[in-house]
Amino acid sequence: MSEPGPAAGREIRARALSIGVAVGAYAIGFGAVSVAAGLDVLQTQALSALMFTGASQFAFVGVVAAGGGAVVAIATALLLGLRNGLYGLHLAGVLTTPTGDGGRLRGWLRAGSAQFTIDESTAMAMAYEGTRTPESRRLATRAFWATGWSVYLLWNAGTLLGALGAASLSQPEALGLDAAIPAGFLALLWPRLVDRPTWALAVAAGLAALLLAPLLRPGLPVLAGAGIAVAVALWLGRDAPGGTPAELVDP
Amino acid sequence: MWPAVLVASVGAYLTKLAGHLLPGTVLERPTVRRATALLPIALLSALLFVQTFWGPDGVSVDARLAGVAVAVVALRLRAPFLVVVLSAAVTAALLRLAGWG
Repeated sequence: MSEPGPAAGREIRARALSIGVAVGAYAIGFGAVSVAAGLDVLQTQALSALMFTGASQFAFVGVVAAGGGAVVAIATALLLGLRNGLYGLHLAGVLTTPTGDGGRLRGWLRAGSAQFTIDESTAMAMAYEGTRTPESRRLATRAFWATGWSVYLLWNAGTLLGALGAASLSQPEALGLDAAIPAGFLALLWPRLVDRPTWALAVAAGLAALLLAPLLRPGLPVLAGAGIAVAVALWLGRDAPGGTPAELVDP
Repeated sequence: MWPAVLVASVGAYLTKLAGHLLPGTVLERPTVRRATALLPIALLSALLFVQTFWGPDGVSVDARLAGVAVAVVALRLRAPFLVVVLSAAVTAALLRLAGWG
């Protein structure tokens, strides 16, 4: 039961740090948009510290900014976070105890690993898990925690920076916030558009939501349009696009 | 706003935790797996369309679309997220200063 070699450890630390820095810059944008959308600095920080899943946080403040109300904001955020449940399912069979005896995580370690179950940490664990030998599972576990901590700390630091920056402006909402929010959704969507079926799904969901917009309360057209598009895609039985976390890493 | 922030945060955590606690067979049905992969794409795109085109007076083409178009260019140039969002915001703000949209 040897420790991962120093070279592998250094590589993991370097990759985790660079992912964290990229995500931290993104968090500056999130923090600024959230405050401009009407949340205060503490509420914005609570989203990053507690919710800690970027697309859901962005959707939450986007729906609030559009006047969609609390229930719709919660529903949209939770639906976007469903994929984290799938990541957890995968990680449960990969992550191992610090002693490296091949046991699954339990207790506080498992509760903590759940909070770190996001796109980036899952993708890093998958990059190292290999054939799930005891050695590769230890490496994957190490990659998971290194990425989780790096992203968590820099995500929260970036959020605070962006939120304080926006709060210091007299009229943050005047600075093109209504264009910044859809641009943020586009940036989250972009790496997921991997093939023709994903493009078709995205366009169908967008158009369906727009068609429903005159008929439903703010926020609901998004849920209904996306729900209809996914139902049709499943019914058509087209090949599921991508779907592996490695392809879904946030920008 | 605080109740919504806390409820959404607890819900998001429980979703993550559920994956670690549930037996593998519960969520591994192909339909569930595919729906989970498709849902973020559909939701993000629906949010994108509505927040780009929908306004108090119905569908409109205005400075927001110009901002999103600039964001597409930034994404194609592989710009980081912050640059993408800022370029969209600055584009829309400048166009409005110039009296359009």
